[in-house]
Amino acid sequence: MIGADIQILMPEIVLAVYAMIALLAAVYTTKDGMAPLLTWATSGLFVLLAVWIGINGQGTNIAFGGMFVDDGFARFAKIVILLSAAAVLLMSESYMQQRGLLRFEYPILVALAVVGMMVMVSAGDLMALYMGLELQSLALYVVASLRRDSVKSTEAGLKYFVLGALSSGLLLYGASLTYGFAGTTLFAGIIEATANEPSLGLLFGLVFLIAGFAFKVSAAPFHMWTPDVYEGSPTPVTAFFATAPKVAAMALFARVVHDAFGGIVGDWQQIVAFLSVVSMFLGAIAAIGQKDIKRLMAYSSIAHMGFALMGLAAGTAFGVQAMLIYMAIYVTMNIGTFAFILAMERDGRPVTNIDSLKMYSKRQPLRALAMLVLLFSLAGVPPMVGFFGKFYVLRAAYDGGLAWLAVAGVIASVIGAFYYIRIVYFMYFGEEGEQLDGKMNPVLWAFLMGSAAVMLLGVVNLFGIEPIAAAAAATLVN
Amino acid sequence: MGNILSLTTFLPLLGAVILALFLRGDDEAAQRNAKWVALVTTAVTFICSLFILTNFNPADTGFQMVETRDWLLGLQYKMGVDGISILFVMLTTFLMPLVIASCWDVKSRVKEYMIAFLVLETLMLGVFLALDLVLFYLFFEAGLIPMFLIIGIWGGKNRIYASFKFFLYTFLGSVLMLVAMVAMFSAAGTTDIPTLMSFTFETENFSILGVQIIGGMQTLLWLAFFASFAVKMPMWPVHTWLPDAHVQAPTAGSVVLAAILLKMGGYGFLRFSLPMFPVGSEVMGPLVLTLSAIAIVYTSLVALVQEDMKKLIAYSSVAHMGYVTMGIFAVNQQGIDGAIFQMISHGFISGALFLCVGVIYDRMHTREIDAYGGLVNRMPAYALIFMFFTMANVGLPGTSGFVGEFLVLMGIFQVNTWIALFATSGVILSAAYALWLYRRVVFGDLIKESLKTITDMGTRERVIFAPLVAMTLLLGVYPALVLDIIGPSVNALVGNYETALATFEAATQFASN
Repeated sequence: MIGADIQILMPEIVLAVYAMIALLAAVYTTKDGMAPLLTWATSGLFVLLAVWIGINGQGTNIAFGGMFVDDGFARFAKIVILLSAAAVLLMSESYMQQRGLLRFEYPILVALAVVGMMVMVSAGDLMALYMGLELQSLALYVVASLRRDSVKSTEAGLKYFVLGALSSGLLLYGASLTYGFAGTTLFAGIIEATANEPSLGLLFGLVFLIAGFAFKVSAAPFHMWTPDVYEGSPTPVTAFFATAPKVAAMALFARVVHDAFGGIVGDWQQIVAFLSVVSMFLGAIAAIGQKDIKRLMAYSSIAHMGFALMGLAAGTAFGVQAMLIYMAIYVTMNIGTFAFILAMERDGRPVTNIDSLKMYSKRQPLRALAMLVLLFSLAGVPPMVGFFGKFYVLRAAYDGGLAWLAVAGVIASVIGAFYYIRIVYFMYFGEEGEQLDGKMNPVLWAFLMGSAAVMLLGVVNLFGIEPIAAAAAATLVN
Repeated sequence: MGNILSLTTFLPLLGAVILALFLRGDDEAAQRNAKWVALVTTAVTFICSLFILTNFNPADTGFQMVETRDWLLGLQYKMGVDGISILFVMLTTFLMPLVIASCWDVKSRVKEYMIAFLVLETLMLGVFLALDLVLFYLFFEAGLIPMFLIIGIWGGKNRIYASFKFFLYTFLGSVLMLVAMVAMFSAAGTTDIPTLMSFTFETENFSILGVQIIGGMQTLLWLAFFASFAVKMPMWPVHTWLPDAHVQAPTAGSVVLAAILLKMGGYGFLRFSLPMFPVGSEVMGPLVLTLSAIAIVYTSLVALVQEDMKKLIAYSSVAHMGYVTMGIFAVNQQGIDGAIFQMISHGFISGALFLCVGVIYDRMHTREIDAYGGLVNRMPAYALIFMFFTMANVGLPGTSGFVGEFLVLMGIFQVNTWIALFATSGVILSAAYALWLYRRVVFGDLIKESLKTITDMGTRERVIFAPLVAMTLLLGVYPALVLDIIGPSVNALVGNYETALATFEAATQFASN
């Protein structure tokens, strides 16, 4: 029995064991000297695991008496998480190396965070959920303050830690209430407890749980940490925050509301719709005044989470599918955008002011064009793929009876378009300004161009992601 | 020739890709090559579109040369052409080579400029040919990007304000349409335009926040589409982006904007609003007619006081588009025939007028009317051509401008004489502002020092104007050329509209009994 359980958990175990071995190896040998090798090895392992999960995974497997669920939904989320984490690791190598930030802990911590995320999306029990979440969060707190000698970076780490602890507290409180009133921490048990008229205590538990998740996906009004953490952390870490953990938290959110509270959709739908509409508008409006591109991306991610939550708010299988597609597209766009941001430097020092991009298109037409494509994609203008993400969630929200949310969403997207095209304005129409360095690391260049190409060419069939996401969503909602 | 429509649509894009990938450098030779590639591409596209025209059978009111492929989410890649769309396709392909030729003197970032126009052409053709809601939306909306860049990069002094206003205004209009499309997809289970045209959307009255919505769902959908097309048209009072965009856009950008992009609004009304939401159109029709009448009178008066030539012509465009919306929502054969005719003819005339402004702007770098005067002394050929198009703009019989306005007025007179009365006053006002503009720019003594050395039009400029003059005259004396092609389709459109309304009225009467 235990053997079968372990079989199901194999990818997580492999990654965890790898992280520990790597830690020992690095400590007992050359320490930071091994960091570049470890970075490449870790991202290679991520890709391998993604392929393994993609090829091997079949059906729905339950391990440890329902604590751990390996189904199509979890596999979809895991593959997105692993691939995006691998991409971000590859992108960060040269940046961190140049600034002496490439410590051997970095890839190991990222690997541990990814283990946490994988457990999160597969959680079938409140305990497993919390374990995964904390493993992820603790690793992330540390990487946020990786630049130990910078006030901003340590501030970011500390802020993230304190607020993250608060949200974990909320979540735990919700979990304990749920346990108290449902008598079990298993999702399968909770859904039975909610089958007939759920008790008030259970609803309170649900609300606290959702507050905790909202914090992790940085949905307004629980978004306050995001801009500061994004700005303060080293840029590769910001890129990481913007991608994999968002997918994991979103998938966890979907898992809990559907697997554990799928019987009372009406009760959480209003909360999620509220989070969604507030996030979209806050993200769109607050980003307008930003001068720092990392802060801008923080607000942009808040707005995007609002859109993803719109899919979730629909409370249907199609809604989950829309959310998964939206997250996959969002992650791809963000990888490209952060590849661009990572290459923004003047005299070898990173620059994050938006106005440093003045007339960038004159000197680097190709890169400016790629960024233009990504920005319009982020804004959701067709024919870029970002539009299809929006289209899916709009359709889900409308079909789920939330037409008002769809209308609010598109209006927010118009407001949001302003700050994306403002960057286009700096790159293309502005006056000449101080120049950025011309060189760009080939890895970053490849990610930027690849991501932009995906945004353009995806219009043909979204690279066949649609049926996969549909199958994944069908395993979660039935 | 099974996919002639896709071929025509994507040919310019192919040219753009070739330019982007294979043309290096920014020297004189590279610039010349870029222009030639663009010119040849647009010319070949025009030739392709001629094949569409010759294969087209006007008597068939359905969609012809249809291509269908599966896309994602149950959407389709579906292209087709009918009597309503074919002339817009021809207008686009006909004008684009002229537009490219008109920017022969552009010096900055020529390659990108040409790419922007080629991409724009693909997107414009796609709008007129798409037979799937989302595909239509994709082309419709994507067209904003190249136009935004054309205004923003190659525009005048205040280009940034104008480009942002253009983008956000039209974006806001069209996202509401997107929600409506999602709603239609949900209700009908398909985004196929021919199917949706025969689908009856819910007309049951209901109330939102205490407001009674007559015509129910159809009216709401109609309003959402209206938000998009009214901004695009543009109709008063959401026209304010147009003067800014026109004034700041480079000459070629203005030409495309006035001649083709504005027509997307009118085309949208004909393709979506009337056939899909007949009840909504009937409920909201009076509003459109009123707005159109106001637009005609008000913007004509505003045009009278303009000091910038482009702004004047822009306001005149808004007034002429007022005739178009009026004709469309008169919903009878003459009205819609007139509206389509007016759009085609306005494409030639307004395009030519913006080119006329471009000719002297290239020489003097100002569009202030006061900076000119007495041009006839040194530019006789220019004076002649400018006069021809001024007269066409006024609607002189013998030019295409007359036919369109006359048909529309005839159509609207049967529906509402008061509206027709106000609209007719627009004819007089348009004569006033256009002739006054002409007098101030061309006649009088040549006293301004700066104008003493101005040269007349060169061969290239004359060649550009020649086809426009020819088309304006041809359509003016032989309107059947257009009317024969659009007639059957318009007839079918009006017939379906009336049948749908009759069914609706019978149903409501049945319900009230």
